[in-house]
Formats: sequence, structure tokens, C-alpha cells
Amino acid sequence: MNQQVKFEVWVGLLVLITLISTAFIALKVSNFSETQDRSTYQVDALFSNIGGLTVRAPVKISGVVVGRVTGISIDPVTYRARVQMDIFKEYDDLPTDTSAMILTSGLLGSQYIGLEVGADDELLVEGSRIYFTQSALVLENLIGRLLVSLTEGGSK
Amino acid sequence: MSDLIEIENLSFSRGNRKIFDGLTLTIPRGKVSAIMGPSGTGKTTLLKLIAGQLKPESGRVLVGGQDVHQLKRTDLYRLRQRMGMLFQSGALLTDLTVFDNVAFPLREHFKLPASLVEKLVLMKLQSVGLRGAVDLKPAELSGGMARRVALARALILDPEMLFYDEPFVGQDPITMGVLVGLIKKMNQSLHLTSVVVSHDVDEVLSIADYACVLSEGRIIAQGTPESLQQSASEYVQQFLQGLADGPVPLHYPVESWDEKLTLSRGGHR
Amino acid sequence: MNGLAKLGRASLWRLQSLGQLALFVFSVFPALGYAFVHFRLVIKQVYGVGVLSLPIILTAGLFVGMVLALQGHYILSTFNSEEIVGSMTALSLIRELGPVVAALLFAGRAGSALTAEVGLMKSTEQLSALEMMAIDPIKYVVAPRILACVIALPMLALIFIAIGVFGGYLVAVGWLGVDEGAFWAQMQLHVDWHDDVLNGLLKAIVFAFVIAIISLFQGYEAMPTSEGVSNATTRTVVQSSLWVLGLDFVLTSIMFT
Repeated sequence: MNQQVKFEVWVGLLVLITLISTAFIALKVSNFSETQDRSTYQVDALFSNIGGLTVRAPVKISGVVVGRVTGISIDPVTYRARVQMDIFKEYDDLPTDTSAMILTSGLLGSQYIGLEVGADDELLVEGSRIYFTQSALVLENLIGRLLVSLTEGGSK
Repeated sequence: MSDLIEIENLSFSRGNRKIFDGLTLTIPRGKVSAIMGPSGTGKTTLLKLIAGQLKPESGRVLVGGQDVHQLKRTDLYRLRQRMGMLFQSGALLTDLTVFDNVAFPLREHFKLPASLVEKLVLMKLQSVGLRGAVDLKPAELSGGMARRVALARALILDPEMLFYDEPFVGQDPITMGVLVGLIKKMNQSLHLTSVVVSHDVDEVLSIADYACVLSEGRIIAQGTPESLQQSASEYVQQFLQGLADGPVPLHYPVESWDEKLTLSRGGHR
Repeated sequence: MNGLAKLGRASLWRLQSLGQLALFVFSVFPALGYAFVHFRLVIKQVYGVGVLSLPIILTAGLFVGMVLALQGHYILSTFNSEEIVGSMTALSLIRELGPVVAALLFAGRAGSALTAEVGLMKSTEQLSALEMMAIDPIKYVVAPRILACVIALPMLALIFIAIGVFGGYLVAVGWLGVDEGAFWAQMQLHVDWHDDVLNGLLKAIVFAFVIAIISLFQGYEAMPTSEGVSNATTRTVVQSSLWVLGLDFVLTSIMFT
């Protein structure tokens, strides 16, 4: 009997350490707190090229995270890339003429969506579409354009 | 007097070795029966066959009229509650105390109040003289004490039959005497049917009502201890008196030594 | 010809032991109910496989986290991206090293002990004795130990991850001078609770079940001699480790692509 008490105390301690570890992982290491209690509304935008954008990439205004990319697909009508994103409810006062662009963090970092806030009186709501978009910069296109302008400049 | 256990035409083998070949044997109710034979004749295997832990190749074992090997699992387990087995090593559960070991079958099979369990356990431990050892762990017991605890455990469910697997092996003379006395006493006071498997001739014959001698998968002699001692069979006499050579050869089967010497002179094989 | 016969016999034997393993697994499932009812047996085993493995898990976790940060910093500093060393350490620990290294240590520390214990119970006839007392050893001996493993290993993996991240923090922030705020912020940005943490935990549960089944099967089927038990213990460690690594590849390719 005495032994059983010892086992129970130690196993209780193990459970306690596990709970502390889990809390640490949830609150400090992962985005648990962010995924749990934040309600969002969804908007989408069409891009002609999304580059290396992935699902779960952040959506930022002036560098502050205001939402996440939740879905990437091809729009069946225009054949452009349709990016769905969840914007946190507290940022529900974005005008409809807000523009979205795909940006890169750092020189070789991951890509995210940057929102440039517009000036319209109407606001984005659940299901709205952002019409002003700027696609990702693709290195090949950039170099191609550079080459063209260089050769044009040379022939002048 | 009816027979409690009937073994009919039993065959069993391990690998290529035939251990039993058409064994037929009956064990009478309420008596102490002894099964004797040299080591390696499958005495323990026979007990496991009776208890349904092993399945025979052919033949059957009837216990109280039920064919052990045709029973469903639950029925077999119900039958085993009527059996007790004392293992060679005692086979106590090493992580439980003596008390918990003896109480174990009671607690697993019946929902009894703790005070009743305690009374029953102490009663059984008293009858084997180990009431003082309740709080010890099996590792702290001597071999003889472990066997007595195992006996108390085997008796806790008040079985009809009790199987003893080599109860005397490796015991000092005093412990042996104690065990012999206990087996005799238990059998008389509890009206048990006991089966003792052993090769300790003197001890076994002193308590057995009935004995048989096994060799090479068959019964070669059976009867009361007196009639066995009078037996004319050379084999039985060799076994009972412990002679080194006789019908049971000293040597494991091998080519003869002379032959081996002449062969190896001609070159090692 | 002889070699061919040998090969045939060996593969037949493999097939047979695989069949035995499958039968063993099937007999374990119904017995798990018994373990839930007799939970004090499970707690005792969680102590044996979980609490007693804690020191090795804590030590190993700390060092793995520290070395990850050190190596990560070394590589990332060539790209001037030292601040993501935190997320790299955390992601490696949560997705791979936490579940896998904890499982490998668990197989060596707890799995081998289970095999030896059950093998010894067999050789000292305790399993036979249970059967004679009309108690199924699968229920009383095997099922509580399996349940205990499935409970203990995920806990150990979580502890391993937490202490590993802490070790990475010590090295990256305390020693190499990575900015503390950036360290944690980058981590939270890249580690997803659902995709990373819960999937890592799922891995640990799968590994626990596999290790438990292998250890107990080896113990249960061990030859009841000292040599047999020691062989079975070796087989447990080797087989569990290989299964963990193989399954890890399969699970990773399902979860993270």
C-alpha cells in the first residue's frame, strides 16, 4: 500500500512537469494563444503570381501581423491565383480600396502579404475581395526586364 | 470411488521428441497420487496438459467428466478455479507482498470486504505456519518458505484438486519434512485430490496412496507404494533405489566409446 | 540448393513470427479495458517506464537543444539570419527530435526493462501461475504495461521538447548573444500549435504503442532461460529503434508534406 502511494506521488509529479512543459510550448514556443481565442473574418484577393507564398504566411500592416493566409487556389474564371486570408476581428475597419502585395522578409526570407490601407468609406467585411494587388517579384522576370532595359539602353 | 481425472491415450511432442505416446492414466478422487520418473520424462508437461495450458496432439484429458481441451476459455478458467498448482519455484508474484500474493486470487475473482479477505488470508497463512511473514516480499523468503506461501495461495480458493510440481526439489531435510507433513495434512483435512509430481522417491512414497512410474512417454508401473516396492521390474527397482546403471542408461545416446576411438584414429570426422 | 532451402526456412520463420505478433496485438486490445478498470496497476507501470526515464530524458533533451542552437547559429550566421535560430531549434525538436530521440531513449531505458521483466516472470513461472489462478496474463501483466507506455512516452516527449527549447535558449541568447525578443518572436511565428505540436505528439503516441508491443511480445515469447531473456532484450532495443526510425519517415511524409 505504502509503495502505491509513492508511485502515485511520483506519477503526479510527472504529470505536473508535463503540464508545465505543455504550457511552456503552447504559450511561449508556438502560436497556440493566437489560434485559440482570436475571431477572424475572411477576405480574398487575386494575384497573377504569388511566388513562394504559402498557407499560414502572415498578413501584415506596417509590419504588424493582422492575419494569416488560409487558402491558395486558382480562380476558375480568371485563372489567377486566389489567396484567402483571415484577418483578426479587431482590424475590422479596413477600407475596400486597401491594396495587398506579396513581399519578402529579408533578402532570402519567407514571403508574406503586406496590406496598404486605402481611404474609402466602405469597409472590408466577411467575403470581401481586395481588388488592388501587386504580385510577387519573380527573380527571372526581374533579370529578364533588366536585360531588356540594358540592351535597349546600349542600342540608343 | 470415482476417478476425478482421466487421461486417455495422450500423445504430445516437443520438436521431434515424443514426450508422451499413448499415455493412459486415471487419478482417483480424494487421494494423493504420485507421478514419478527421472528428470526429462515430462512430468511437469503432464501437469500442464491436465490444466489445459498445453494442447496434446491426440488423446484427451477429462477432469470431472469435462474434456479440458474442448472447453471454451471462460469455462476453462472456471475449471481452473477448482484447481491449485504449486510450482517448482513457488512462482510468487515478485512485486507483491506475501499477504497480497495469497490474497491475489480472492481479490481478482470475488468482490469480498477487505476484513473477510484478511481473515481468510491469515487463516491460510497460519495453516502453513507463515502468518508472521505477511509483510515480506518474495525475495526475502527462503525457497521452502516461498513454497509454503505458494501453497497457501493455491489453497485460498478452496480448490478440489491440487497439483504439486516437484515440491521437494532442492530443499533441506527439515523443510522437506515440513512440506511432506503439510501435503498430508492438507489432503486429509480438506478432502483434496492431490497429484504430486516428483523424483524424490522416499518422500513421495511416504505420503502417496497411489503411485505410478513414467518412462519414455508411458506408464511402466503403477499401484500402491507397497506393490511398487515389490515390483519385479528392473527399471522400477533401478529408479526406486537410485542405481547408476540399469535399463535406464547412464549415457546419452552416442556411438560406443570403442568405436569412437577406432574411428578417430582413422581421421577425425 | 541448400542455401535456397535455408532462405525458404528463414522466410517462413519470419512470416510465422509476424503472424504471432499480429495475434498478440489482437489479444491485447480487448485486455486494455481491464487495465482501465485496474488503473492502479497502470500507475505503478507509469512510474517504472515514465518517472524512472525522466533523468535521462531531461539530460538528453537539454544537450540536444543546446547543440541544435549551436549548429543552427553557425550555419545561419553565414546568411545573417541568426534570429531564426530559435524557430529552427523549436521546429526540429517538435517535429522530429523530440518524439524520435525520446522514443529511442525510451526503447533503450524502458522497453528493454519491460522485456527483461516479463521474460523473467515467464522463466520463474509467474505467467504460468497466473494462468493457473484463472487470470489471463495478457490482462494482468501485458495490458497495464502497454497503456502505461502510451501514457508515458508522449509526456516524456513534451518534457524533452520543453527542456530542449530551454537549452537552445541558453546557448543562443545567453551565450551567442541572439536577441531575446527576436528569439521567441521568430519561434512563435513559425511553430504552429496544430500542425507542428499536435503532429509531433501524435508521432510520440504511435512510437509508444509500437515500442510497448515489441517489448512485451519479446518478453512474452522469450525462451525462459537467462540467455533467452538477454537475447530478447537485445532484440527489443534493435527492433524498436528500427521501427521508430522507419515509422518516423512514413509519418513525416504523411504529416508534413
